[in-house]
Amino acid sequence: MKKNFMLTLMALFVFFTMVLSVSSISAADKEIKIGTFLSITGPASFLGDPELKTLQMYIEEINKKGGVNGNKLALYHYDDGGKSQDATEAVKKLIKKDRVDVILGGTTSGTSIAVIDIVEQEQIPFISMAGSIQIVDPVKKWVFKTPHTDKMAVEKIFEDMKKRGFTKIALISGDGGFDKSGHAQCVALAPKYGITLVSDEFYGNSDTDMTAQLTKIRSADAQAILNFGFGKAPAIVTKNIRQLDIKLPLYQSHGVASKDFLKLAGDAANGIRLPAAPLIVAEQLKDSDLLKKPLLDYKTKYEAKHGEISTFGGHAYDALMIAVKAIEKTKSVDKAKIRDEIEQIKDFPGTAGMFNMSATDHMGLALSSFKMVEVVNGNWKIVE
Amino acid sequence: MLQNIFQFLITGLTVGSTYALIALGFTLIFNVSHVVNFAQGEFVMLGAMAAIFFSGLKMPLFLAIILAIILTTFIGILFEKFAIERAKGASLTSLIIITIGASIFFRGLALVLWGKNTLSFQHFSGENPIRFLGATILPQHLWIISLTAIVVTVLAYFFSKTLFGKAILACSYNNKASKLIGINVNLMLVVSYGISAGIGALAGALIAPISYMSYDAGTMLGLKGFCAAILGGMGNSFGSVLGGLILGVVESMTSGIFSSAYKDAVSFIILLLLLFVRPQGLFGKGVSERV
Repeated sequence: MKKNFMLTLMALFVFFTMVLSVSSISAADKEIKIGTFLSITGPASFLGDPELKTLQMYIEEINKKGGVNGNKLALYHYDDGGKSQDATEAVKKLIKKDRVDVILGGTTSGTSIAVIDIVEQEQIPFISMAGSIQIVDPVKKWVFKTPHTDKMAVEKIFEDMKKRGFTKIALISGDGGFDKSGHAQCVALAPKYGITLVSDEFYGNSDTDMTAQLTKIRSADAQAILNFGFGKAPAIVTKNIRQLDIKLPLYQSHGVASKDFLKLAGDAANGIRLPAAPLIVAEQLKDSDLLKKPLLDYKTKYEAKHGEISTFGGHAYDALMIAVKAIEKTKSVDKAKIRDEIEQIKDFPGTAGMFNMSATDHMGLALSSFKMVEVVNGNWKIVE
Repeated sequence: MLQNIFQFLITGLTVGSTYALIALGFTLIFNVSHVVNFAQGEFVMLGAMAAIFFSGLKMPLFLAIILAIILTTFIGILFEKFAIERAKGASLTSLIIITIGASIFFRGLALVLWGKNTLSFQHFSGENPIRFLGATILPQHLWIISLTAIVVTVLAYFFSKTLFGKAILACSYNNKASKLIGINVNLMLVVSYGISAGIGALAGALIAPISYMSYDAGTMLGLKGFCAAILGGMGNSFGSVLGGLILGVVESMTSGIFSSAYKDAVSFIILLLLLFVRPQGLFGKGVSERV
């Protein structure tokens, strides 16, 4: 008798655990799975770090408010260390093992481009946070991206140079992927703006001194210097220019649009012009600007939790919000429908500007969304 | 043009003296144990990061630097005690692999302690460039050049005139014989790792105001210092200093006169050619294998 009782108890126990586990599976099924692969370690870690923090912060917030269409968001994340190989592995895991509904990420252009083939083949919506124009040009069915392209940065800079009457430019750039891609755009676009590159110099991104290249530029009869670079090297270039007492106006790329650069370059940065996402000058936008409120919102939230914002975290915010908006609209997690909705995104105010996606434009940002800023007394100021 | 060449020369010498200072650290450890310490660049990074950290605590500049040097020296000693000494009897290759492992560990340590950001450090005596025959030089460059000179002189004196220095040199010539005549080989190893780390830290603190510092900057600096040491002849202090200066001047002349795109290529080609023609380096003594 007693034995029978125990058996019943055990049977009941097994039954309940089965029921419970089944119900937990179905609950997990309703979760909307956001997959992401970012460069949390490695040379691009200072980009990947704010990106992940932003995603985590906003997913938590969305879930607190009840999720999307009543379903919670779940974040599946892998670190690719900035390596293309690891990025493709991560994306395979996200698709095959975690069965995510949408993939965000790709901190660098290299990791983003590396996974395009897989996402196209597996037909899953993918929003990249990297700069290169190659990600969305030519347009790929399942691939989108949120940051401005390097081509737009060069166009913005050349537009400003033309306005100020500079036609002879000295270009100096680094040896990284970002620098090389920017360099290629400069060379390709210069004739269109009537600009001649009178000097074209290079440096290694871990070099400690660029005075030799700049001395050469000094005797090259240029009207302005453009430095397309990233990380600490542009700060060294800026300081070396000051050291050599070169008085030419200096332009930098959007790669240095961070407070860190201002800290490194110090006084030498004053007078530099560069194109930047509106996020870093949110306070200076006109009150009538539709971007102002969402930008300040993001800024206050991020800074309250993690300190100083960067435009890179902003790219993650844009990617997540675009995905969420699309899922909200389709009211399902059907990948094809989500993709179609992302392509239909109109007038979405993100940190990089107003997004207007279309079948021919999978980034959706206009050149005007880039702001030309000048460093005045160690701070950014919008150039009208 | 002449004025430009003078500027290239000055730039080359200043960059070269930082390579020289790093190369000296390689030479020291190589002398005692024939190990190429691939964590040397990380000592440079640790020294700079620690100096930046201490001066951030509102310490006077020179106290911060001295503390950073002491701290890094201590780390160097611990590294020898707990990694190199433990692997006693291991082959040279294994020891070198241990130093590579240590370099990854130090990088990770710095990443956890000080984060991923690039940090800046104040110039020792202002940032106003000094004009000199049409070229400009920063006061910091003068600091680098003069301190490199002092370190080289002190080391030369230490190795040729003091008993302790001679004992270290003896270990490099013949480990077993040194042991037999009563030299404490272990102690010599500890001391040379300590000095190497200390010199590395000094180099780091000197370079940081000009080139900034981040947790991963040590690798490249170490590589350049290694090239300088090879160029001058591994194991020869004066050779590695000259190697550093030559490397710096070649780099800056190439980027100034020819094209900056080939800067690194030219220095590596020179290095390769030299290794073909004179495997022992410019100033190294030939290694004669006894049969």
